[in-house]
Amino acid sequence: MSDEATEDLRVLRMPVELDYTYSAGRSASRFLRAIQEGKLLGQRCPVDGKVYFPTRGACPQHGMPIDGEPVELPDTGTLVTYSIVRVPSANIPLELPYVAVQVLLDGADTVMMHVLGECDLETVHMGMRVRAKWKPKEEWSTSVANILYFVPLDEPDAAYDSYKEHI
Amino acid sequence: MAELTGVIGIGQTKYAAKRDELSMPGLLREAAERALEDAELTWKDIDAVVIGKAPDMFEGVMMPELFLVDAIGGAYKPMLRVHTAGSVGGSTAIVAASLVQSGVHDRVLTVAFEKQSESNATWALSIALPFSVATVAGAGGYFAPLVRGYIRRSGAPEDTGIRVAVKDREHALKNPLAHLHLEDISFEKVANSPMLWDPIRYLETCPSSDGACAMIFANEKLADRSDKPVAWVHATEMKSEPTMFSGRDQVMPRAILDNAKSLYKKAGIQNPREEIDCAEIYVPFSWFEPMWMEGMLFAPTNEGWKMTYEGATKLGGDLPVNCSGGVLSSNPIGASGMIRFAEAALQVRGMAGEHQVEGAKKALGHAYGGGSQYFSTCIVCSEKP
Amino acid sequence: MRDVAVVGFSQSVSLRRERNRNEVEILIPVLQELREATGYTNEDLEFVCSGSSDYLAGQAFAFVAGLDAVGAWPPVCESHVEMDGAWALYEAWVKIQMGYADVALVYGFGKPSMGDLPITMALQLDPYTVMPLWPDAISVAALQARLCLDGGVMTDRQMAEAAVRDRAHAKSNPHAQVAGDFDVEGILSEPYLVSPLRKHDCSPISDGASAVLLASSNRAGDFSKRPAWIRGIEHICEPQDLGVRDLTRSRSTEIAAEKAGVGAGRIDVAELSAPFSHQEILVERGLGLGADTTVNPSGGALAGNPLMAVGLARIGEAAARITNGEAERAVAHATSGPCLQQNLVCVLEG
Repeated sequence: MSDEATEDLRVLRMPVELDYTYSAGRSASRFLRAIQEGKLLGQRCPVDGKVYFPTRGACPQHGMPIDGEPVELPDTGTLVTYSIVRVPSANIPLELPYVAVQVLLDGADTVMMHVLGECDLETVHMGMRVRAKWKPKEEWSTSVANILYFVPLDEPDAAYDSYKEHI
Repeated sequence: MAELTGVIGIGQTKYAAKRDELSMPGLLREAAERALEDAELTWKDIDAVVIGKAPDMFEGVMMPELFLVDAIGGAYKPMLRVHTAGSVGGSTAIVAASLVQSGVHDRVLTVAFEKQSESNATWALSIALPFSVATVAGAGGYFAPLVRGYIRRSGAPEDTGIRVAVKDREHALKNPLAHLHLEDISFEKVANSPMLWDPIRYLETCPSSDGACAMIFANEKLADRSDKPVAWVHATEMKSEPTMFSGRDQVMPRAILDNAKSLYKKAGIQNPREEIDCAEIYVPFSWFEPMWMEGMLFAPTNEGWKMTYEGATKLGGDLPVNCSGGVLSSNPIGASGMIRFAEAALQVRGMAGEHQVEGAKKALGHAYGGGSQYFSTCIVCSEKP
Repeated sequence: MRDVAVVGFSQSVSLRRERNRNEVEILIPVLQELREATGYTNEDLEFVCSGSSDYLAGQAFAFVAGLDAVGAWPPVCESHVEMDGAWALYEAWVKIQMGYADVALVYGFGKPSMGDLPITMALQLDPYTVMPLWPDAISVAALQARLCLDGGVMTDRQMAEAAVRDRAHAKSNPHAQVAGDFDVEGILSEPYLVSPLRKHDCSPISDGASAVLLASSNRAGDFSKRPAWIRGIEHICEPQDLGVRDLTRSRSTEIAAEKAGVGAGRIDVAELSAPFSHQEILVERGLGLGADTTVNPSGGALAGNPLMAVGLARIGEAAARITNGEAERAVAHATSGPCLQQNLVCVLEG
């Protein structure tokens, strides 16, 4: 017998490909249809009135369905916290380094994760005021990707106390 | 009401980036055989098996415990498979302990594992779902903003994370099973390593490892027969909260604080810093040491970093943390939590070898997962309660 | 041992495809219904345990979203099994036994319609030697059915009779997916789906969720007028390899049934979650059921098979027959893995 035949087989490549069809769900569908029109929809928790963004099926804190009227939010907000990412990730097509941010939209009570653009890395800081940079209108679809990234606003920083409970 | 339960056997594999000389069943069996050997038992002495691991996509097998069960002697026995995100290793040990504490079984084997080299964990964690934008680059991308939040609120010196990394990597040199043995580790080396997810540097992050950890729990009657020291389970606790809701404190979640209070109450601990001799804490990024020192109530709010700074968490300090090298030195994800519990048990059994904390009697094991939302913990002790 | 009872049960309608709702949205009304039926609040819950599968959802940590439906605040003592909810119930039962909890919420959910289920299930098989052949779940079950038929263990008429019985029972179950009057001759004249299995021998693919409230004797009366007491609950796992076990009987069901004490008295009702008709017969035999037992009054898994919720739903259905006075003693069954690899048996009494 040759050496090859007696050697342990160590690696067997076995690619797996499975197709899935996702349903966004009722609540997220409402949000996605709105963002296709350039609108940002949140929804109030029926128990404490906090505005969840984006809309979702239930308030996770109270386990109650959220089915009231949506609340339209502006595309401005506060950068609550961030990380400068210098490591590539297969699912993220952005050039390195980029700034991953958590943004608290004005009027919302939950943060959204996105990225920051058109900004000097040295100047990124917590409390910055930011605005969404949208794709050209003709490219809008039912996706959060209609917002390319957030850009800094020329406004004074938000006070730490105004957003610290969202970190 | 619960039966007193002890850890009578522990087995760990060597942790490494690739254990490709072993199949998945071989990996589990290596840990399970070592646990049986430690407990001086054979397969037939085991009543039930509990298997834990993180998401199935990490190996590309759906419910892999089904094909693995006979490799660890579980054929024709009860078998459970636990999955609670990163805390799963701890939760799995807790489920195994409960089977004995409830009186349902006398002796239970539990194995937690991950063979990350058989798939791609970063891929599995970042599967792009339709309608969403991928902005989170793996676990580091998720946790880095929270670390920044901690630094902001605590005013911790920027080099705290570096100090934790140096300490855990020095500890790992005393643990032959650890994945990373960085002989020339130094403050400068960590400080100069590339910034990956600012403020987290490369050497402040955990590796990706293959490995398995096994434990055997027995009731008091059987554990008393053991010739070796027993780690008695004084208390276990699990707490979970949702990933996101308005006003959620993601840096210091209530679930860890509630978990700590409940755990210490059950274990009769008034002052954890004084009464606990050492701890194995789930620290996948160095900054989580000071954060979880506060979460587990060893330090006042915003002062966890002082323990690192004062050297309290080093071998020889008043509360050595992660003497095994911790998750920063070995990270087979699904097993990482159980390794914390097993290492805590080894310490109070006096069987931790070169990384033994002298005279350790009472130890804490801790694991967490998800978006800092799943916590599982245990207190083990060399003496019965 | 402590006395523990099923004090509440709710389930969704089994649907071939939930087009509009995601898993959390399927689960929320199920938990709401359970809350309304039993009056439990989150303060009552000392333990929560769920069962689901990441591969059915096509994403890692799919179970985490389930917490949203629970309203896990303040933080809850909680665990999850990557198994049918029936095993989550077992874990909760253990926690109550050890005195950790008196009241526990258990739920299971699955939305297999998102993927190609029979193919996805191939990923359960040995990844080195079997799975690379991509044997789909129906073909694997068909191998077992062939062994049963050619070995003279059962006839295809008996299989058809099981299917007819279940679908007829399902007519009175508003949650069932496949119900109606079929006749044995008609079924036997149909073409094979995967020989020797015909369409009627297979459970449907179902999206759905189920939930159960468990309580110790200290608390059971707070939630139910007639709790269904768990008198025995056992589960056994066989080796997976199809070549090392006798596929013409369910040894693990036999062992679990004996340990759970199924034979200690008359069984009025049995709820089985076998996904194929020949497997239902094997489980019936493994449990040692006689002619005086009504099998699958709900229609069983052949009438609706929401994976990860279906086994828990069988326990719930059996308990519901006790609670409504139809039965004094019942047995429920859950299964997992190819060809009845792992089986759970639960005996309930009024």
